[in-house]
Amino acid sequence: MTEERAAVVVRDVRKSYGELKAVDGVSFTVAEGEFFGILGPNGAGKTTTLEIVEGLREPDSGEVRLLGESPWPRNVKLLPRIGVQLQASSFFEKLTAKEQLQTFGSLYGVSHGTAADMLELVGLADKANEQENKLSGGQRQRLSIACALVHDPDVVFLDEPTAALDPQARRNLWDVLRAIKERGKTIVYTTHYLDEAEILCDRVAIMDTGRILALDRPAVLVRGLDAPTHVTLQKGVVPVADAVAMEGVEEAHEDEVSLTISTRRPAPVLSALAERGALDGLQVRTATLEDVFLTLTGREYRA
Amino acid sequence: MTAFKTLSVAMLKGFVRDKVTLFFTFLFPLMFLVIFGLVLRDAGTDRTRIALVGDGPIVSALRDSGTLEFESYDDENAAVRKVEDGDLPAALIVRGQEVDVRYAQSDQVESATVLGIVNGFVDKANLAATGQPPRFTFVSQKVEDATLEPIQYLTPGILSWGVAVSAVFGSALTLVSWRRKQVLRRIRLAPVSTTSVLSSRIIVSAGVALLQGAIFIGIASLPVFGLRLSGHWWLAIPLLLLGTIAFFALGMLVGAFAKTEEAASAAANIVVLPMAFLSGTFFPVDRAPAWLQVVSEIFPLRHMNDGMLDVLVRGKGIEALAVPAAVLVGFSLVVGFVASRVFKWEE
Repeated sequence: MTEERAAVVVRDVRKSYGELKAVDGVSFTVAEGEFFGILGPNGAGKTTTLEIVEGLREPDSGEVRLLGESPWPRNVKLLPRIGVQLQASSFFEKLTAKEQLQTFGSLYGVSHGTAADMLELVGLADKANEQENKLSGGQRQRLSIACALVHDPDVVFLDEPTAALDPQARRNLWDVLRAIKERGKTIVYTTHYLDEAEILCDRVAIMDTGRILALDRPAVLVRGLDAPTHVTLQKGVVPVADAVAMEGVEEAHEDEVSLTISTRRPAPVLSALAERGALDGLQVRTATLEDVFLTLTGREYRA
Repeated sequence: MTAFKTLSVAMLKGFVRDKVTLFFTFLFPLMFLVIFGLVLRDAGTDRTRIALVGDGPIVSALRDSGTLEFESYDDENAAVRKVEDGDLPAALIVRGQEVDVRYAQSDQVESATVLGIVNGFVDKANLAATGQPPRFTFVSQKVEDATLEPIQYLTPGILSWGVAVSAVFGSALTLVSWRRKQVLRRIRLAPVSTTSVLSSRIIVSAGVALLQGAIFIGIASLPVFGLRLSGHWWLAIPLLLLGTIAFFALGMLVGAFAKTEEAASAAANIVVLPMAFLSGTFFPVDRAPAWLQVVSEIFPLRHMNDGMLDVLVRGKGIEALAVPAAVLVGFSLVVGFVASRVFKWEE
């Protein structure tokens, strides 16, 4: 990827707070139109990295180019081209969903009609006249994203948009995020949900303790692990001893409800199981980013 | 839509929809105005009321002068008993040419007043009866003194205080809540100048101050309270606006240090309440001890109060604005400058 086409270029950025190295030599590039995820546990340095890219903080060292320009100090020319979604509560007091959008839109010179149209995109058209504090957590989060998009920016920054949402609300939000990507926006977002990053992102950077541990397409990261595939069956369908004897099986163990087979060659294992007519209720789980994280950091991923 | 206009509308809506703020902006100061206005209404000294038996030219002259009030009795003994019982300070008994005054020994001041007045009228009547031209002439004229009826000083005082409270709390709480909720960050990330954000908030506060002025003066002017405005009442408008800016700046300073809304509210109270008491909100400051009057000179509210009193009820002209306006502008500049130095975008 050439840097001229890059929306975001970060080179060896560092930021310390006293002894704490919040961001410790981070470099990455985000292409135009890319959906880029920064993931890692709390305190990994994701938010600080994002704030430096947005121009809210000055890095101690290193260079940031956002759409070819430096975001620090406050670059008024750049601001209309970026959209930043903040906490779910960053709203004006006592205004309805529509009024919030119109007010934020006016900061960018956006007409009231255009602002109100954003409610459609995030599926809040029927909540237009509800006051912000009457909305549910997921609805507020979607409104907050709509506010970040109201001026049709080229690059959108989302800081943990799906945090603290119930599973249904998270999935609704995924649809919104995909819709934004279809509009050709570059999206940089942070999350601590590995499964979500895997589904949504073109590429992910995995961060921990201020550093990027790995950066690539989620599928490439997972494949690079050479982690076994887990095949899970109902308990009792196949005896453990038979399973261990199958071609390609590395390990098999049984608990109260199921039998789990680990293999790096799932094809022969699945055909052997098919021959025995044991495919009912069968589940196949390949390695996930969670496994990537575990391998990279040597510890369990905790969100 | 310009950012300035939309922001002003947004903040006005936020203000109007917040019932707690509405209460503290309008009803709370009005409660003080109503309570003090009613309690202190009859505090001025009444005319002395005495018992009266009989009638005649002296009594008619006394009645016309309006210096005394009479309670008529047919029976002399009943009138005297009123004095003996301590209900009335004196009894005036007229028997033809004879004017007899029975007075209570206990209240010497009031008795002397009654005796003096009655004696004066008797002497005048005697002189008139002789047909001689008077050798000495006595001329008297009313002087408007500085002492005001309670509603006359309460209205300007409580209005200034109400404006100060709503401007200080409005700016401090808005600032802290916007910082905590990252609305400030969002504004910083938008291509909008801080001036238009700040001025739209000040415009709302200024509009509120003018509305407070209209409502408080309107209610105080009701017959039950009896406020009488002087001819130059409209000079209060520039004072209200300058006061809003000064106290808005003070609120920005408070808001720069406070981390939570609760802390901002407490700090604003600590600043505003003592200032209100020492600046003559609830009583005229010229009745306070001399040292307190000097101390109160440091408060902008004291000067706003003085200016309000002068233009609203004392009938002074534009020259009375000079000192209060200078103090408020100076205060706004100094405090506003300090507030901008210590201003923080982020927690």
